[in-house]
This record gives sequence, C-alpha cells and structure tokens, in this order.
Amino acid sequence: MSEANLALAHQFDDPEQQLDASTTGMWVFLATEVMFFGGMFLGYTAYRLAYPEAFADASNLLDVWLGSINTAVLICSSFTMALAVHSAAEGRRQKIILFLILTMILGAIFLGIKFYEYYHKYEEHLIPGENFTYAGPSPRQAEIFLSFYFAMTGMHAFHMIIGFGLQTYLVIEAWRDRFSAAYHTPVELIGLYWHFVDIVWIFLFPLLYLVGRHL
Amino acid sequence: MNSERIVSVRTYAVVWVSLLILTVTTTGIAFIDLGGWNGFVAVTIGIVKALLVILYFMHIRFSQRLTWVFAGAGFFWLAILLGLTMSDTLTRAPVPPPTVATQVGVQPR
Amino acid sequence: MNAQPLEQRQHYLNVSYGFKSWLLTTDHKRIAWLYLISVTFFFFVGGVFATLLRLELLTPQGDLVQAETYNKLFTMHGITMIFFFLIPSIPAVLGNFLVPMMIGARDLAFPRLNLASWYIYIIGGLFTLAAAAAGGVDTGWTFYTPYSSIYSNSNVALTVVGIFITGFSSILTGLNFVVTIHKMRAPGMTWFRLPLFIWAHYATSIIMILGTPVIAITLVLVALERLLHLGIFDPALGGDPLLFQHMFWFYSHPAVYIMILPAMGVESELITCFARKRAFGYSFIAASSVAIAVIGFLVWGHHMFVSGQSVYAGMVFSLLSFLVAIPSAIKVFNWTATLYKGSISLEAPMLYALGFIGLFTIGGLTGLFLATLGVDMHVHDTYFVIAHFHYIMVGGAVMGYMGGIHFWWPKMTGRLYPKALAKLAAITIFLGFNLTFFPQFVLGYLGMPRRYHVYPPEFQVLNVMSTAGASVLAVGYVLPLLYLIWSLRYGEVAGMNPWKATGLEWQTPSPPPTDNFEETPVVTREPYDYPAQKPQAIFPQGAAEHV
Repeated sequence: MSEANLALAHQFDDPEQQLDASTTGMWVFLATEVMFFGGMFLGYTAYRLAYPEAFADASNLLDVWLGSINTAVLICSSFTMALAVHSAAEGRRQKIILFLILTMILGAIFLGIKFYEYYHKYEEHLIPGENFTYAGPSPRQAEIFLSFYFAMTGMHAFHMIIGFGLQTYLVIEAWRDRFSAAYHTPVELIGLYWHFVDIVWIFLFPLLYLVGRHL
Repeated sequence: MNSERIVSVRTYAVVWVSLLILTVTTTGIAFIDLGGWNGFVAVTIGIVKALLVILYFMHIRFSQRLTWVFAGAGFFWLAILLGLTMSDTLTRAPVPPPTVATQVGVQPR
Repeated sequence: MNAQPLEQRQHYLNVSYGFKSWLLTTDHKRIAWLYLISVTFFFFVGGVFATLLRLELLTPQGDLVQAETYNKLFTMHGITMIFFFLIPSIPAVLGNFLVPMMIGARDLAFPRLNLASWYIYIIGGLFTLAAAAAGGVDTGWTFYTPYSSIYSNSNVALTVVGIFITGFSSILTGLNFVVTIHKMRAPGMTWFRLPLFIWAHYATSIIMILGTPVIAITLVLVALERLLHLGIFDPALGGDPLLFQHMFWFYSHPAVYIMILPAMGVESELITCFARKRAFGYSFIAASSVAIAVIGFLVWGHHMFVSGQSVYAGMVFSLLSFLVAIPSAIKVFNWTATLYKGSISLEAPMLYALGFIGLFTIGGLTGLFLATLGVDMHVHDTYFVIAHFHYIMVGGAVMGYMGGIHFWWPKMTGRLYPKALAKLAAITIFLGFNLTFFPQFVLGYLGMPRRYHVYPPEFQVLNVMSTAGASVLAVGYVLPLLYLIWSLRYGEVAGMNPWKATGLEWQTPSPPPTDNFEETPVVTREPYDYPAQKPQAIFPQGAAEHV
C-alpha cells in the first residue's frame, strides 16, 4: 500500500478515491471520443443512405484482405494490452514491459499497413481533391466516400499514434519500476484508451471495407 | 472500485479468440448476398465485438454502475445525434426536376 | 469583530508571489483568476466589434464600413463573445473557484488538467486573434457550408482551428467538474444538500462533455475541406449543406444552455441569500437543471426551419423546443416563489438577480415565438432573433455573471467594493440593455433582416435608439472594471461572510487558504438554511466567526 500512498495527490483523501476518480475521468473522456468520432459516423450514415450504389462501388476500391488483417492485428494488440494491464495488477514488471512492447509492435504493423494502403490510393489517383480521377459510375459520390475513408481512418490513425506515445511513456515508467499491484493507474487508463481505439476500428472496418462485397 | 477483481488470462484469451472468429465471420458474410440486410448484419456483429471489448477488456462487467452510465451515455447521445438527424434526412420530400414552366424566362406552352 | 488584515494571514493569494507561481499554479482559485482576466479581455474585444457594428447601424446607408468588413465584424463579435467569453465565463471563473469549496473539497479532481484547460483556452484564443489580425472571417459565427468550406476568401481555417482548440478547454473543464462532484464531496454532503450552483454546473458539464466533441469534429471537417479539398459538404459532389447544419447545431444549441445554466445556478444562490429564504422547490430546480441539459440536446433543428429541413422534422423539433421551455419556466416560478414573503435586501448582486428574472423571462418567451413554425417563417434571420438571444445571453447570462462576481468578490479578494457605485452600475446596465435590445424586437418584427450593414430608412429611429442604448450599456460595463480593480487595494476589508449567506464557501476566511478549509467540513444541515442569522458551526471546534 505504501507505493500507492507515495503517489497520492493532495486533493484526494486516499488511494481508492484517486483510482476511482481517475478511472471515472477516463470513461468520461472516452464518452467525448464517442461523440467526436460519432459526428463522422453521422455523416457517413447520411451519405450511405443517400447514395447506396456509389458507396458499394467505392467500398470495393479498398483492399478487403488488408483491412481484415489490420482488424485482426488490432484485436491482437487489444489482447496484449489487456495482458499488460493484468501484469500490472499482479505487479510483474517484466511482463508489463513485454506486453506493452508487443502491443506497440502490433500497432506499428497496423499503421504500416494503413500507410501502405494510403500510398496505393495516392498512386491510383483516388485521394479526394484536384487529382481525383475515378472511371467508375458516380465518381462524385465515390469521392465523398473516399473523403470519409481518409477522414475517419486518418483520425483513427492519429489516435493510434497518440496511443503509441502513451505506451512509450508506460514502458519507460514500468522500466523505472513505478508500477506495482497497489498502484498502476496509468496502465489501466491507457489500456482503456487503447481498447476504445480498437472499438472505433471494429466499426470502421465493416462500414468502409465491407459494403457491397457480394455484388 | 474498479479492477479490484483481476480478470483471468483465460477469460481474456476466450474473448480474443471470439473477436477473431467474429472478424472472419463478418468478412465472410460480406460476400454473401443477404438482400439488403448486409449492412444491418455487419453493424450487429460489430456491436457484439464492441461489447466483448467493453465488458471484458475494459472491465465494465466488473465495474460500478456509475461507470456503466458514463460508458453508455456516449453511445446513447450518439443515438440521439443519428436518430434525430435521420428524422430529417429520411423524410425530405424529393425535389421534382425542373419543368418548362419553372424555368426563368420561358413561356409555358 | 473584523477579519484580520489580509497581509497578516496566509491565504491563496499571498502564499507565493511571481509569474511562475501564477502561470504554473494548480490551485483552482488561482486558475479562476487566470480565466477571469482572460475572459474580461475577450469580453472587451467582442465589445469593440459590437461598437463598430452599432456605429455603422446609426445610418441606413453603409457609410462606416464596407459590406465585407461588416460581415467580418458581426462574425468576430459572435465568435469572440460566444466561444471566448460566454461559454467559459461562469464555469471557468466562478465554477473553478467555487465548485471545490461548495462541496468541501481541497481542489478539483484533476488540478493539472485544470491548468491545461486554461492554456488550451489561451492558445485557441491566440489562433482566433491571429485570424482577426489577418483580416478576420466573414461567414458568420455559424460557418454555414459551402460558403465557409469552399467559397469564402477569409481566414476560415485559422479561425476554426482556434475554436477547435478552445473546445477542448471546455471539455476538460466539464470532465473535471463531473468527476469532482461525483467523487469528492465532503462527508455528509449528499446530492440533495448540494447548492443549486453545483447542480447547475453539473448539468452544464454534461453538455460540455457530450456536445463539444461534435462541433470539434464538424470544424475539423470544414478545415479538411478547405485545406485538403476533402469534399464532404460540397454540393457539387452530392454533398449536403444541411448535414453541416445538423452537426453544427447539435452542439451549438446545447451550447446556449452551457451559457445560461451556470447563470441560473448563480441566480439560485443570489435569490436565496438576498431574500433570506430557502429555495422554494429545491428538488424541482435541481431536476430542471438536468432536464434542460438533456432536453436541450433534442431541439437543435429549430435553427433550421427554413433551411430545407423536412417539414416532418420541423414539427418534431418545434414540439421538443416547446418542451424545453418547461423546466426553465419551473425555475422562474420557483425563484419568484422564493422571493414571496422573503426579507429582500437590494444589494448590487440582488439587483442583477432581479434583472435576470425579468430579462430571462422575456428572452425565453420570445424563444417560444421562434419555436412556432409559422411565426419563425417570418422572423427567422431578422432582428427578432438577435433580440431574443441577446435578452438571454446578455440580460440573462451576463447579468448572472456580473451578479456572481459581485456576490463572491469579497470571498475571492477579501475586499468589498463601493456599494452605491455598484448599484448604479447595475441599474445602468439594466437600462442600457433594454434600450439597446427592446427596439430590436420591433425591428425584427417589422422585417429588418440581420447581418446586413444597410437597411431601409424607416428603420433608422429604432436603430439609433439601439445604438444609444449600447453606449449606456458600455458605460455600465466599464464602471465595475474600474471600481473592482480599485477595491483590490482600497476596498473595505470583508469578513468571512459579509452577506451572512449559507454555503460552505462562506465558512472559511476571505480570501481562503490554499487548501480551502482548515480541516474537511462535515455537513449536517440542509442547503439554504435561512433564516440563519449566525453562520453554522460545522467545524468540530465550532470556531466560525461572527460577522
């Protein structure tokens, strides 16, 4: 219990209150993130209902295998993150670092695949803007679809990069032996953040990659 | 209090495998024509996956009720945003194409 | 027995000196001061824009500024006042100072996050000031697409980035308040013993948390469209300008409740103290605050009745907008009932509070006019709308802010201000306000459109009245700036509880020590335990001072 008391901020009465408040704070923050991404999901929904064929068409421009692999990669990174939190709760320093680094490797693989996909789109002139050329039907609505693709996956990737930075911080702190069974709040909070980023992708994948695949 | 109960590695592993299976499922079903229901099925599977992550990876299953409220509030408010906006976009009367009579400067026959 | 002279006792203002001790503080009371200075600055910046607007409108012709400049003036006026004054004002100044004290805590749950909120606010403000210096924005504070996303030649991207950044300040403040109120109440401080100021800030925080992210993403999409040509709102691609409006107003309507709910919280504190009566219908007022926050999220389409929204949706939003008036009305009834047979004293804060009731009622009732589809067809985008929201924002929110500043000034500074001058300023503001904005109801009803720098000559008399009122209003606002600053050095030393009010913040010295209380209070009494001639002895030694 002593490590927890050392980390006790002065506005709190005891470590339980601090952990409780911190975790609640992270959940409140995640609620704001739901609304933040939610705005883009609203836009996506409105246009998909308005232009179903164009969206189905444009969705087929994305590589479903890369998308599926990325989904699996992110799910695995969520698993390793959960194991990192679990190790922190057990006070096992080596395992915290191991699972955090695994999480970061998986995250890096995800981002690597993502940027490869982006580069491909760039080569095919499918980035919305002046150079956008699409030979299929409804090119303009296809451009809207791709605008959402880049905006939503781009914002998601940005959140992953932030997560990467946070995990780096955790690795450093774990290396310095700052965590124990009594005090590992930052690991838990950043774990919550990472799982949320995973959930966003869980919805992005089918909505962006799996429209009209049967056609 | 949160996470006083440590979730077992086995539980995490079961959730992990379930998520991977569901991913394969949703990708596979996408290639089958469900006659307009593809979108609904995809989102439903997504919801199941999200729930698995929230309940187990994020420990909601073992958290206090207040945390459930905060976790749910975001999604509930998102439903308001989507629902009420759709009440407009789905009920707009289609704008009729311009006829001769509505073009400026043209005499109707 | 008077309080000790300020210099001899250690409190949050003299515990340390120097820039670093202020710019790196985590004390919620000092952060409140950082915000106080910043929002005052932006208030006067917004006032300068308003002055130029009203000067132009003295004559029917466009003789002071060109049309494009006029567009920039009303845009910058709106942006500055809404995002950089009204939204932060009461929560970031009075809320930051008082929320921990009112619940018996030493600080907010996340003090460093609190300081970060202020820095984020300042950075956002700097972006917006930079946009103003670079020539401003002319889209209106509403940034409707596709004008803002494609066709405007003004500094849209710079401005929306500034507002985006400041939005996070709002989100983090709301997050801090919600967690603090849930998790850090003193022993015995149950939910229904909380001051109504806390209930109001809790409700406000819900809106900040759930609404602000939506405008954040909306502005990001506008910026992306402008900078990277991601065509999301572009009609040429099949984009829907109304989608922007839905997303924008989903936040911006609840935003007006962010602006008024804290003022309502202040109102409850002022009315009870200066009528020496417990709040009539406490639980109704508390529940109404939450109801306003929730229902307020369901009405945004009433800004879009004439924009092309479906008639069906228009009817739904109209009905819901009528519903949201009910909890506000409940509050007005309850405040009035609190006044009834109370022992009224007309101190300066009470003058603001009484003005609030009348002006907010007028503003709120005219909102019902606007919520009525048939009437809105005629008065939408006219001065009727402008008068409506200024009655609530200025007659309501700003009066609430001024009343709150005057009420808690002795607590924050340990000083009193000259009472006669303060009352004079309050009356000047009230009269100047009505002269400015009541003619605008008439103008709007007669058909004068908003956002035009020219108007038909028959509207000149009313416009001149409005501008005259604005100059009186300006005097009313400058007076407190002067005497409040004067009072910091020369004001009479206030005791612990100069107003003999209830509430934990009055049971600790003025100015308070850094940790607010010598020891954690234990709450045993109901709120607003008036008539309480003596401050309650809530500390174990019962050493509360008589004032």
